[in-house]
Amino acid sequence: MNFKTFFAFVAPSVFMMILFIALPLVSVFIQSFQITQPVMQQVEVETCTPGFVTQTCVTEQKTVPVIGDDGKIQTTTEWVGLRSYRSVLQMDKVWEAVSSGRLRDILQIDFWKALRFTLMFTLITLPLVIGVGLLIALTVNNASRRVRGPIIFVSLLPFIITPVIGSLSIYWLFVGDGILTAMMERWSGTNISMFAQAWTIELLMYFYRVWHVAPFAFVIFYAGLQTVNMDTLESAVIDGANRWERLRHVIIPHLMPLIVFIALIHLMDCYRVFDEIIGFRSQAHVISLQWLTVDFLTPDDAGNRAIARASASAMLTMIGIVLLLILPLRRTWRDHKGSAH
Amino acid sequence: MMLKKLVLAGAISLMGSTAFAACSYENTTEIKMLSAGFEAWKAVTDSMAECGNFQAELDQEFRTKQPAAFEANPSLYHLGGVSNGTITPLLNAETIRPLDDLVAKYGQNLKPNQLIKIDGKIMAVAMMVNTQHLMYRSDILSDLGIAVPTSWDEVYAAAGKIKEAGVVDYPLGATMKSGWNLAQEYVNLLPGHGGAFFNDDNTSAVNSDAGVAALETMKAALAFTDPEVLVSDSTYVQQQFQQGKIAMANLWASRAGAMNDEAESQVVGKVAMAAAPTAMEGGAPATTLWWDGIVVAANITDEEADAAFRLAMEGLDKETVMANNDAAIWLIEGFTPGPLSEGAIATATANPAPPPYPSTTRMGLMHTVLGNEIPAFLTGERDAVATLAAIDEAYTTAAKEAGVLK
Repeated sequence: MNFKTFFAFVAPSVFMMILFIALPLVSVFIQSFQITQPVMQQVEVETCTPGFVTQTCVTEQKTVPVIGDDGKIQTTTEWVGLRSYRSVLQMDKVWEAVSSGRLRDILQIDFWKALRFTLMFTLITLPLVIGVGLLIALTVNNASRRVRGPIIFVSLLPFIITPVIGSLSIYWLFVGDGILTAMMERWSGTNISMFAQAWTIELLMYFYRVWHVAPFAFVIFYAGLQTVNMDTLESAVIDGANRWERLRHVIIPHLMPLIVFIALIHLMDCYRVFDEIIGFRSQAHVISLQWLTVDFLTPDDAGNRAIARASASAMLTMIGIVLLLILPLRRTWRDHKGSAH
Repeated sequence: MMLKKLVLAGAISLMGSTAFAACSYENTTEIKMLSAGFEAWKAVTDSMAECGNFQAELDQEFRTKQPAAFEANPSLYHLGGVSNGTITPLLNAETIRPLDDLVAKYGQNLKPNQLIKIDGKIMAVAMMVNTQHLMYRSDILSDLGIAVPTSWDEVYAAAGKIKEAGVVDYPLGATMKSGWNLAQEYVNLLPGHGGAFFNDDNTSAVNSDAGVAALETMKAALAFTDPEVLVSDSTYVQQQFQQGKIAMANLWASRAGAMNDEAESQVVGKVAMAAAPTAMEGGAPATTLWWDGIVVAANITDEEADAAFRLAMEGLDKETVMANNDAAIWLIEGFTPGPLSEGAIATATANPAPPPYPSTTRMGLMHTVLGNEIPAFLTGERDAVATLAAIDEAYTTAAKEAGVLK
């Protein structure tokens, strides 16, 4: 393909990526070093509010924003360097906890609490998704042709469900005396509360994510299995390799690029875990980095949003994803170079 | 069959809305409104719609939409439904207009109590009050010979007896979902213990003896509530009541009507209302007073504002209230207080009276911080003093970023 044709095909997508990904990223990057705040003034305000029969009026000092000549709230923007990063990371407290040996105290800081869960969530679900996906793919591949269609259909279902809806249904199945909790209570004879402590909630989150994403891995692996070299497989059988050895030495090496591909996608997706936190209402016990950013951005009743800290937290999340992706990306790069010559 | 039923239902609901209080005039200006989605707003907007050319958006996420929608020029909505918590950003940005002229022109039937005055100017017209107060299963309390609790100590003593008797799953329900709901519980209890949120210079004052006492009072509830209480919001507590799983809760007055909804509730007629419990001897009921009402956008023409306000008065009239008496604790002429409103009225008229929710910019910041920091105390990760120190620190960071603190 000559460069001109290539460019014509790629240009719209590059344009979209610059407009919707690169430019917002630059803007978030800049905002993470700035603080924009309204100019505030102290005024004495008398407020009269109704009781049931009569009103009560109170006069108090209120801090309110100054309205400019254009009728909008006046704001000032100031470069603050790394201040927002410092207030998100709270490194002084981290060092204090490290030097006093109370490492658990680090997990009381929102960012580190969120990072702990996000990392664990990503790294625990990764092998499970790949393993379960591969298992389904092998099962379907070995099933007779007649049942293959229905099996594929059923195993794809979890992936079709919108993540928020999926997590909400799991929540409803288990919360209070939900159907599944009631069933577990009958079996065990004890009162079970799945949403009362962090570890059970986390367990449900791992379960939900694997259930939801494994079909994606399955589809990719199933496609990959169709291209396994039959001659190699047959010679392995003749050489006396059993089922496990064929899987270990023939099939998995063949699927390796796909495994790396799925790992890449999964790391990126999982590091941005958010739906589970909202769906399971787990904020009291478990939070994630993405949730933290959204929480900073959500306006309170008085209309305040912590945009500077949200930007800093978003940048930190992105740095985290990049660090996580370095390993699999290096592998793909090496494979790519290897196959080139 | 299904279609037939739907058509029938539609026809009946149409009949229902035209059967009473057809509008006294024909509205010719296009009017739009954004408000919360609960029962009382539905009643008011339905009645306004009878005048024609009116479109209401009832959305529980209204609080995040309203400030931006009213800042647009022209404003995306003419009317807004607000509470004393959500009016603050509109007042701060001056996107709602003073209503003195309009009240003089169309507000003959309003009571002086309904007019929300800020620095002498009428900025909103209230239609109802709301508050969190004690709801209890009158049958259970009388069976066990327990007097209606008036303080939190008595509530916990009663809860102990109910737990011993084992008549319900959990003696207490609580709106302690982490975030806004949980923070609101603390906002009820801190003034109840005689504490304050702020010093005069906008710095936090929660790190005090009253602050510790308020946290301890909250934690004492956990012995009697569902272990999953940190995910339970008002709707969840309402359902626990309706399904007969709990015996007492400090719940919103606007939820009282649901207890007698025969379609949902198994405890019709068994839930009674009393004043919110006090937190300390001789103190005010540990709760805050709220009002809901109507504001008019600033960024619209005077003619539109005139038409919008006239229409709003049609919604806030005697007929609406009389047709929906139990939907709210109405402030409007024509309301007959029934047994469901006893608790709210007892709370609002208590002496000393509970404070209105102190809605300000700094309180918005504090509310968020409380909702994020208190869970660690209730799950036992942190003690009360460390939690209050963390609240102080998080508030200071947020207040500096928002420009409230230098």
